[in-house]
Amino acid sequence: MKQAIRNFMKYRYLLSELIIKDIKLKYRRSYLGILWTLLEPLLTMLVLTVVFSQIYNRQDKLFPVYILTGRLLYSYFGNATKAAMKSIRKNGQMIKKVYVPKYIYPLASVISQYITFLISLIVLFVVSLVLKLQPTKYMIGAIVPLLILPVMVLGIGLILATLAVFFRDLEYLWGVVLMIIMYCSAIFYEPSRVVKNGFGWILDINPLYSLIINFRNTVIYGQPFDMQALTYSIVFSVASLIIGVWMFYKNQDKFILNI
Amino acid sequence: MGNTVIKVDHVGMEFRLSSEKVDNLKEFIIKKIKRQLTYEGFWALKDVTFEVEEGDRVGILGLNGAGKSTLLKLIAGVMKPTEGTIKTKGRIVPLIELGAGFDNQYTGAENIYLYGAVLGYSKEFIKEKYKEIVEFSELGDFIHVPVKNYSSGMKARLGFSIATVVDPEILILDEVFAVGDAKFRKKSEKKIKSMFKDGVTVLFVSHNIEQVKRICNKAIVLEKGTLIASGNVEEISEFYEKKIK
Repeated sequence: MKQAIRNFMKYRYLLSELIIKDIKLKYRRSYLGILWTLLEPLLTMLVLTVVFSQIYNRQDKLFPVYILTGRLLYSYFGNATKAAMKSIRKNGQMIKKVYVPKYIYPLASVISQYITFLISLIVLFVVSLVLKLQPTKYMIGAIVPLLILPVMVLGIGLILATLAVFFRDLEYLWGVVLMIIMYCSAIFYEPSRVVKNGFGWILDINPLYSLIINFRNTVIYGQPFDMQALTYSIVFSVASLIIGVWMFYKNQDKFILNI
Repeated sequence: MGNTVIKVDHVGMEFRLSSEKVDNLKEFIIKKIKRQLTYEGFWALKDVTFEVEEGDRVGILGLNGAGKSTLLKLIAGVMKPTEGTIKTKGRIVPLIELGAGFDNQYTGAENIYLYGAVLGYSKEFIKEKYKEIVEFSELGDFIHVPVKNYSSGMKARLGFSIATVVDPEILILDEVFAVGDAKFRKKSEKKIKSMFKDGVTVLFVSHNIEQVKRICNKAIVLEKGTLIASGNVEEISEFYEKKIK
């Protein structure tokens, strides 16, 4: 344990270099640069709002905020787990030649995506202001799901990173799973529609939705946490982190023979 | 003297060569069910034991596929041995396949920081040595150009300059004298020789026996993964020359 911490301290500069590199390179060649972090969710929000307020005939003024809260959390979840999954293979050349603690690569992907995610929350803030969302004391609680989310993502990311070294087709498979998760997260529909049809359990077991619901409770509805969802999200995150670390640790010496 | 810095103890390294490479889930499940998942073990190294003392310069001789590179990678800590243990003391600088860790979209200057971080240097240290690295690499204004536009020689020069900016206790050389043009080669050989003076321990892989004689004082010979001889460089190179005739 002590050894592990000392090793981490030695390579923490590498971690920050990798995070900066991720963010820098992502926007280097685009004209608007980091602004895309804000534009992209804003534009998808507009599209989804227009489409779904037509389909469901919704007049709800805060519908764009509703969509954004779900959509922002989902895109961080999707992007970061995908990036973490690919990180070992992507850095294979490096791993083959020099010793570095390997977990640093998925960790850097999860953190760099988290930073762009936090920046993109500005969009939510501005849209809420424009649509005159009433601030409540519960809003401060929004921090809680925002802190659980990266833990969950790191756990799942480590599991995927380990498996993806041995099974390349996982990258495609995970894309499909992400799509399923998107449709099961009530991003652009009301959960009551699903519950009414007897499929409420899908939302209950979806770990991402357990975070979205509490994010919405605190940000939009001015309500306390849904305690059941909160408990579930914490248990799921801690469990996936433990499994992820264990799997990664057990298999990391075999990575080099497979990349 | 008499201070052991590298201790290789009964080391074996097995690679699994499956008859067909299974790298996707679909095939894995089908083959698992059909029980067709068989592996063939291949021992790249078997029961290798030797010690290197501080200040020794050890040449590693052997034909292609004898396990030389595998041995270096094990000592550098990139891979873990299947059997046995390897103990090393001090900072190791591996000059193996220089510049392989660069990010192509990054400029040379940015890569100095990135590659330095990969080698475990601190930020302050790289800042301090930045000028020295750029000067030694002779890249001039190209340092602000993305590495993808570099020639392979330029990449190797930059890699060499970054890796040798520290004072290593153990230096691992895998035929890196073939870096860049003739002029830079001379310069890099001089740089490495200057490191020898500081009593650095060297592991050197080469097919060029003359070069090994010039640089090393000891040598070992590997054949098909086993250590068949070790001792003074003169005796061993004579032995090896006879063997390959």
